[in-house]
Parts: sequence; C-alpha cells; structure tokens
Amino acid sequence: MKRLNRKDLLDLESLSKEEIELILDTAKPFKELFTKTKKKLDFLKGKTIVNIFYEPSTRTRTSFEIAEKRLGADVINITVSSSSVVKGESLLDTIKTLTAMSADILVMRHSSAGAPHFIASRVPISVINGGDGFHAHPTQALLDMFTIREKLGTLKGKRIALIGDILFSRVARSNIWGLKKMGAKVRIIGPATLVPEYFKKLDVEVFFDLKEGLKGVDVVNILRIQRERQKQMLFPTIREYNRLFGIDEKTLTNSEVLVMHPGPMNRGIEISDYIADSEQAVILEQVTNGIAIRMAVLYLIAGEGDINEIIN
Amino acid sequence: MRLLIKNGRVVDPINNIDEKLDIYIEKGVIKKIAKNINIDDVEIYNANNMIVTPGLIDMHTHLREPGYEQKEKISTGSAAAAMGGFTGVVCMANTNPVTDNQATVKLILSIAEKEGIVKVYPVAAVTKNQEGKELTEFGDLKNVGVVALSDDGNPIMNAELMRRALEYAKMFDLPILAHCEDKNLSGDGVVNEGYYSTIKGLRGIPDISESVMVARDIMLTKFTNSKLHIMHISTKRSVELVRQAKEEKLKVTAEVTPHHFSLTEDDIVDYDANFKMNPPLRSEEDRKALIKGLQDDTIEVIASDHAPHTLFEKEREFDLAPFGIIGLETVVPLTFMNLINPGFLSIFDAIKKLTLNPSKILKIKKEGIKKNVLADITVINPELEFIYNKDMIVSKGTNSPFLGKKLKSFPVMTIVEGKMVMKDRKIMV
Repeated sequence: MKRLNRKDLLDLESLSKEEIELILDTAKPFKELFTKTKKKLDFLKGKTIVNIFYEPSTRTRTSFEIAEKRLGADVINITVSSSSVVKGESLLDTIKTLTAMSADILVMRHSSAGAPHFIASRVPISVINGGDGFHAHPTQALLDMFTIREKLGTLKGKRIALIGDILFSRVARSNIWGLKKMGAKVRIIGPATLVPEYFKKLDVEVFFDLKEGLKGVDVVNILRIQRERQKQMLFPTIREYNRLFGIDEKTLTNSEVLVMHPGPMNRGIEISDYIADSEQAVILEQVTNGIAIRMAVLYLIAGEGDINEIIN
Repeated sequence: MRLLIKNGRVVDPINNIDEKLDIYIEKGVIKKIAKNINIDDVEIYNANNMIVTPGLIDMHTHLREPGYEQKEKISTGSAAAAMGGFTGVVCMANTNPVTDNQATVKLILSIAEKEGIVKVYPVAAVTKNQEGKELTEFGDLKNVGVVALSDDGNPIMNAELMRRALEYAKMFDLPILAHCEDKNLSGDGVVNEGYYSTIKGLRGIPDISESVMVARDIMLTKFTNSKLHIMHISTKRSVELVRQAKEEKLKVTAEVTPHHFSLTEDDIVDYDANFKMNPPLRSEEDRKALIKGLQDDTIEVIASDHAPHTLFEKEREFDLAPFGIIGLETVVPLTFMNLINPGFLSIFDAIKKLTLNPSKILKIKKEGIKKNVLADITVINPELEFIYNKDMIVSKGTNSPFLGKKLKSFPVMTIVEGKMVMKDRKIMV
C-alpha cells in the first residue's frame, strides 16, 4: 500500500514525477467510486481536518470539504477576513492554537506566497496548500493534469497552453511545474506585462500573440483575468484584452483542442459562451475530478486502509 | 588602565601603518607605539596573529530609539556595535518621532551619553517626518551635532525637493545620504525581480528601481555641484553609474552592506523573512559587480544597515514582515570571509572602508593609532570561528540570515575613547 512519504503537500516544485503519478493513479479509483452508491469511506475516520481560508473561496473550499467528508473526517471550516491578517492574531499563533486543539490536517489558503510553507515548518501537523498568493495551487494543477490524462491518455509530449494572467497566477505556476515534470510541452500566452519571460528558464515557451501561440496545441488552459490588473497599469482595457487574448470560436478553430478553465470564468472576457459551453470544454469535469484528486491527496498523506480493497 | 597590546599587526589607514607593532596605553592614552615594548607591571594582551586597527565606524545603523525600543535601544545597539568592533555608529533618523528637529537629536545624544557604549553620531531627516514634502532645518540640526542628513527608508521621490536639499546642504557642508529607490517601480515588491521572485510567487523589486534613482541623484549632484553619498548600493547598474560619476570627478561616494556582497537571491531560505531587506538580495552578477566596485574604490565604504526587528515581526508571512536585518556583529567576519580571504581586498583596504573613508565623508575626526591620543582601537582575531547563533547576539534583534552559519574572524577587543568596552567577546560595561 503506497503512501506519499511526506507530511505536507505545499507545491509541485518539491514533488517528484513518481509522487505526481502516484496521486494521479490514486485519484482514479476514488473517481470510480462516485458512480457507485458507496460514496462515503472511512479512511480518515477520527481525524480532524481544519480548512482555514484567509481568502474567499467557494469551489476549492467546498471541493476539499466534500473530499474530506467522503473520507469520513471531521471537518471544521474557518474563514478569516483579510483585514485581520494584518491586525489580528498572528498566523503562527492561530495555527499553533489549532494544533493544540489536536487538529490532524490543515488545509490552508492564504494571500501571502509561502504562508503554508512557513506554517508547515513550524507545526507538526500536515499542511495542504489550498492556494498561496500567486505561488502555488497544487491540487488545482493535479486535477488539471488528471483531466488531461483522462482525456488524452497521457501528458508526455502533449502541448499545453496556459493563457492570460500568468504573472499573478498560482494555477499557472503549479501547472508549469507539474506538466514539465510529466514530460508535457508548456507554453504561456498573454500580454507582455502579464507573461514574465523569466519562465523561459524552465523551458517554457512564451508567446505574446494568441494566434501564434495556439498553433499545434492539444490543450488550452484559460486563466481568469482580474479586472484590478487594469488599474495596476498592466493592460489598458478589458475590451482590448478580450480582442487580443479572448478565446472564442474565431480564435480557437480546432475543435479537437481540449478547453480548460480553473474557474470562476469571466464569460465574454477570457472565454466566450460558445467555447465555454462547447463539447471540447471539460470545465465541469475538472470540478468533479477536483474531488477525486483531493481525496487521493488526503488519503495518501493521512489515510488508513487500502483503496484497492474497496474497489475490488 | 595600563595595557600593552603585544605582537599585533597594526593596520591603520589613517596613519598609513601596516606592520607588527606593540601599543602601550596608559590611562586611556596611547603612550608608545614601537616594536618589542617591554614595560613591567602592566596588563599584557597578546595579539599575536591578530589585527589591531583604529576603532571601526559604522555609517549606517538603526538604533531605533526613541520610539521603537522593543526592537533596539541605544544601549543594546551600541553594545552590539562594541561586540562587532565598532567604536562609533551613525544612527538613522527613522525613529519615532522622526529625528527631524533639535529636541530629538539632543535626546539621542543625551541617552547615548548616559547609556551608550560606543560613540553615537546622529543623522537627521532631510524632510519633516521623512515625508518628502518640506525640508528640515539643516542649520539648526548641524548646530546640535548631526553628521549627515538622510530620509533612509523613504526615498525622496520629488526630484525638485532633492535638488533643493542638495543645494541647501552645501551651506552647512552636511552630506546627504541617499536611499535610492523609485517607489513606483518597487511597488509592493519584497525580493529582487527575476527568476527567483517569479518561481516563488513573490512580488519583485526590479534592479532599475535603484539605478534609475542613482542616475537621477547623480545628475542632480552634478547640476547643483553638491555632494552625494549613496547608501546600500546593490546592483551592477548602480555601480557603473557611480563609477562614471567618479570619472567625471563628481563628489559622489557609495557604501555597500556585507549581506549584499555575501549573499544573492539564490541563498534565500524560502519564505524566511530574515532574508528580507531593502534593497533586496540581488543576483550573482550584481554581487560580483559590487565586489569589483569595492576593489576599484567606486564603493569606498562598508556599512551594516543594522536594522533590528522583534521576533514576532519577522516570524510571519514573508510579504507582511518588515524589511531589514541586523548586521553590526557580522560586518567584520563577513568582510574577512568574503572580501579579504578570497583575495579581493587587502586587510588594509578593507579596514580603510570601515575607518578612514566613512570618517572623511562624515567629517568625523579620527586620529587613528597615534601617540598621545585617546585610544580608539579594535583588535580582530582572524582565526576565531563560531557557529553564529542567537545566544551570541548582543543586539535586541536576532533577525539575521547568517544564523546557523559558520562565521570566522571576529573582533576580540574594542577600546572607545581610552575605555575598554569589549574584551574577549564580553561587553565590559
């Protein structure tokens, strides 16, 4: 019975290819269980999981909560307003308090890059990163890779385009690390102000022209564009962004290309209704797969028992 | 006190000495400097294989008092200085209230008089409350003893104001110490902009945020025919600009911190705020350029930028922790390990950047090791080695990126105005 031999899941940079494969392989039987009547398992029975979110989140928090509950864990949700990050109790004190209450696993989202790394190095309990600043979002990248592998059979050699606000995207960073480790070819496409060329050092191709960038791709992963970037002088208008980088039926003509989006979508900005609702879009499957990936991660870090016995 | 420092290598750039000599001190005054002095009934300090220098000056220290006594006090900061081999420190004006008026300068000097262990030379702000809007009263401030003017921490973004400050300071021969940074380019950056910041998802401070301002301030200095000292220079481009300014014979000087010539962004232990300072740790290319700048005297001063913070301020999210690290107690070992031992600088040239050069820029009278003057001496044991840990630190702050590292070449004696304040790594007062 294989497990992840680590206390925490913080980012994909620190994971080996074998560990990523183990997670993707383990998510498969968990997903199969969804279609069976037996949705609830007891691999995490008696364990207390605290989901502490210092940033608003609907899908990630809900997805984790469902995964945790399906594994039989006791789940506590804490949402901390961002103002108290600056004024209130220190992050470390809050987490030490939760540790003293004998929480077993902490799922954490925080607006500061590295906050989960900092915490993981100072408390004995497991920390799972639910997104830190624009640094990492490992479970999102894992579910993206799971989805691609499910649809295309493999990641090796596939051409994946990440489109949009790469600079401020934790999803992009985690995807780049994971995909490169799995042998995929990664390119990033977007405005020069939001697509740092420093990524070239990781053997990532950089395109500022959508048409050029889309040539020959197997997958497009479209990132959410945040309106506040406009105020930060990073691009002039949402309108121009849409005209230059929006994915619609005119820019994406190959209906074989898999369309992904981590959500929430800005329809009419980075993705058109037509594409979002098309056959080639797997956006809702990504959401479903997210639960399987999160179950796999929790099981591989802290679960007891054997998933294969239940499946067989 | 009758003290005979025997067999040390006396390195004194002020009096141009570099040879093995004994020094005899009586009642705090240097009475004799010669080879093989033999006097009876005297305390002998065997400085065999050690370096004996004029007391070091740190021209960039944050003593935090008044206002931030939880971080550091004049007493603790000056003790850290004594431990680090410094007999004088130049303290920055970002206190609370800001050192922008006579009363605060007098307060600092009076606390230093009572509780200080080394000499304290205050710097006053260039602008009221360091807000970059109105000039402080340079004349009044000079009268109560400030040695320089600086808004350190806050760059003066308004070029017109900087121009007037440089012009007005000429009347008083007060140097302006410039923190060169374009705040718009730095934004909310916390580390050097580059591959590291990109990968780690941290906001970057581009190197141009420094060099654009260095260029501006050099142009203003030329235009106003004034003097400028650039603090904590950190990038290759800035070094090139200062070098050019010197070729044009402009009165521009520069300092570098030991952390900038010792570490790069690649040394950052991920998300450890003890590696967060402003300017940030830069690239290896920048670090090499800083060392070249030290070698050809483009950079004539080594200064600590000692910036103590409390533990809880640094034990937190990287982007929310304050900038700054302590440095007084590690300047000497880092200078030996990273400049002298690899052969980049001679001991003489390195000591010059810690004694004669800062004293010239600030017009602080320094006699050096000379007969009939009050002893102002630092003794360094180049072989002394420690794993640097929190228990060794005298400063109130323990925010150092060198914790846990093996450091070598520490001061073992500090004599301030004839008084022994540190001996064998112990504060004597």
